[in-house]
Amino acid sequence: MSKRLIPALLVCMLLLVACGQAATTQAPVEKTEAPAEETEAPVEETEAPGVQVEVFSWWTGGGEAAGLDEMIKVFGAANADIEFVNSAVAGGAGTNARAVLASRLAAGDPPDSWQAHAGQEIIGTYVAGAQIEPLNDLYESEGWMDVLPDTLIPLISEGDNIYSVPVNIHRANVMWYNPTVVADAGVEIPTTWDEFFTACESIEAADKICLSMGEQWTAMHLMEVVLLGELGADAYNGLWDGTTDWGSDEVTAALETFNEVLGHVNSDASTLTWQDAAQLVANGDAAFNIMGDWVDGYFSGDTTGGNLGLVPGEGYGWAPPPGTDGVFQFLSDSFVLASGAPHPDAALAWLKVCGSKEGQEAFNPVKGSICARTDCDADLFNVYLQSAMEDWATDIVVGSLTHGVTANDSFKDEINTALGLFMGDLDVAAFQEALVAACSSAGPCQ
Amino acid sequence: MSAISDRNVPSGLPPSDRSRPHAPRQGRRLAFTIDRILSVLIVLPSILAISIFVYGFIAWSVRVSLSAWTKGLIPNYTYSGLTRYIELLSDRRFGIDMRNTAIFTSLFLVVCLIVGLLLAILLDQRLKGEGFFRSIFLFPMALSFIVTGVAWRWLMNPATGTRISGLNLLFDQLGLDFLISRWHTTPPPWGIAFVVIPAVWQMSGFTMAMYLAGLRGISDDLREAARVDGANEFQLYRYIILPQLQSVTLSAVIVLGHTSLKIFDLIVAISQNDIKLDVPAVYMWRTTFDGSNYSRGAAIGIVMLITVAVLIVPYLISSMRSQEAKL
Repeated sequence: MSKRLIPALLVCMLLLVACGQAATTQAPVEKTEAPAEETEAPVEETEAPGVQVEVFSWWTGGGEAAGLDEMIKVFGAANADIEFVNSAVAGGAGTNARAVLASRLAAGDPPDSWQAHAGQEIIGTYVAGAQIEPLNDLYESEGWMDVLPDTLIPLISEGDNIYSVPVNIHRANVMWYNPTVVADAGVEIPTTWDEFFTACESIEAADKICLSMGEQWTAMHLMEVVLLGELGADAYNGLWDGTTDWGSDEVTAALETFNEVLGHVNSDASTLTWQDAAQLVANGDAAFNIMGDWVDGYFSGDTTGGNLGLVPGEGYGWAPPPGTDGVFQFLSDSFVLASGAPHPDAALAWLKVCGSKEGQEAFNPVKGSICARTDCDADLFNVYLQSAMEDWATDIVVGSLTHGVTANDSFKDEINTALGLFMGDLDVAAFQEALVAACSSAGPCQ
Repeated sequence: MSAISDRNVPSGLPPSDRSRPHAPRQGRRLAFTIDRILSVLIVLPSILAISIFVYGFIAWSVRVSLSAWTKGLIPNYTYSGLTRYIELLSDRRFGIDMRNTAIFTSLFLVVCLIVGLLLAILLDQRLKGEGFFRSIFLFPMALSFIVTGVAWRWLMNPATGTRISGLNLLFDQLGLDFLISRWHTTPPPWGIAFVVIPAVWQMSGFTMAMYLAGLRGISDDLREAARVDGANEFQLYRYIILPQLQSVTLSAVIVLGHTSLKIFDLIVAISQNDIKLDVPAVYMWRTTFDGSNYSRGAAIGIVMLITVAVLIVPYLISSMRSQEAKL
């Protein structure tokens, strides 16, 4: 019996080892970068402290990773003595990276600097947890106050403290259109929602979709643009700092408009990605699509990269969505400084590159976004991005809800649930009630 | 074939006793104690692992669900009683989740059992190429629900007009226009019913295998006897075969039922966060990891655990009793 037992025992041990590894999959993920640190650190740290910087992001593919590489080159040229440790975690549009980051922060092992969406996503998560440091001194010493739009600063601050360095800027409020479809229907580009509804009648009479939309987050994107257009920049900002009442009549009217807009979208919206929805415009099935300006990269990018290879202004056009002319609804990838960063000086050197003209000019043309600074060289960018740069420098800047600027994760998730329920029953009164409840349970109204 | 059909054959033989004569007589006492120590040692790590990673975490989830940890990544263990559970009672999204689970589970169980039983009866007719068909029906089980979900999302494309595709395009080409459907985008509450189609497609092969094993376990003598007594085929199945498949049905209900109550990946792949098709597992994941509402997420998890326990525990108790009865 024992002869048979020993192999059985071995098998069991093997299984246990395998199970043990499966159970602790978190650990290897967390420590992916650890070997790199440990092999280098002991030698170099004895020479001079703070000679490396660990930067954590989810830029692992496409234009984002290529842009990060360009920025690392700029960093290396200015800081030859600092080793750059790129701790990028792939997958899930940042969801995986944020989970890994959360576990590292919980374990008291923060990277020196990490990527996050500018605004309340940072403030509600990392400032609330006292995990990052204010950067006001850096902003002053580098003179960034002069090169960033004035209206941007309050959106990335908590009280008087600024907490992040925006590297790139995307615009959320852009209405993309198909020039042929619009011309065939004989309509002008609408500048108010009433004009939009009139235009829709002509477009739908020509058997085209008026406005293309995709899965639920693109509906939230559309909702925030409609709210902005109907309420105006001030009242829209008030939604997020508690000065505009979610239960007010003007919000009711804006939500009624949103409800009417939904009546003009494609019936299969919930099954489409944002690319599918944008492609309806490119293919001439739909007239309009309201989506952020990553659509420009998708439309004009090279066909070998899976993009559509259209000519800006010919294959597609763009305009501010109704009611939002002169307002730039932004979102931004930013970097922060960890509290208790292992190498604070090197981290500051990295943040200086993030906010510098050289760093942003290296990153943004490759990523397909514009600089957060207003003094970048316009010749580096394509025709759409040039128009966005002009607007960025002159427009009123407001934040995007869907992309983490105006609401913390909890508030945004509650709004998302309310929106999802509304998409099921189209009951505006119940929707507004749910939004009021969300604001008081998770938002600024508490 | 034999792998499947032999497993569930109810055999009246007592457990094999063959190993005993070969055991060495000398040192039998010693071997016994070593065996005993070894067996405890072997089981010990599993007991530890399960008590920590299963029961420990269940206890921790209960604790979190009773806390005030509703915002952010920083734990807040302030005790807040059953607040989270009471909130769930009036939570419209959770109401939709429960409705969707109820519709999905009941339809899935009924359709899966019927389809599985019919396939098994057909295969039991000793056709040529039985192995081939059995493999075909079982193959979908080899896929993950995510793959099934993505493929069926494409098939169940609700677009019409020039962009028609998937099954709708097929129906259109075949002139079966009355079958063209909005599929899972059908207005609530029936959108979720269409999600049952891919679930049945994936799991009916498994149900078929269980029933086939059960059918093979029924002695031919019984069928012959029934025929001699003048029963027709329908009566044979109704009064002789089906009653003997009850235990198989019960096992299938348990396996399919707990899969369906916990369903997550299929819904995620098909619904793309559409709350009209939401289920508790998806809500739990979203509210915890997107909304940082750990307390509510834990409460939903515990509610799901209780729901599944309501299904499983009576089964476990009854099967333990029947085992004891056999001993």
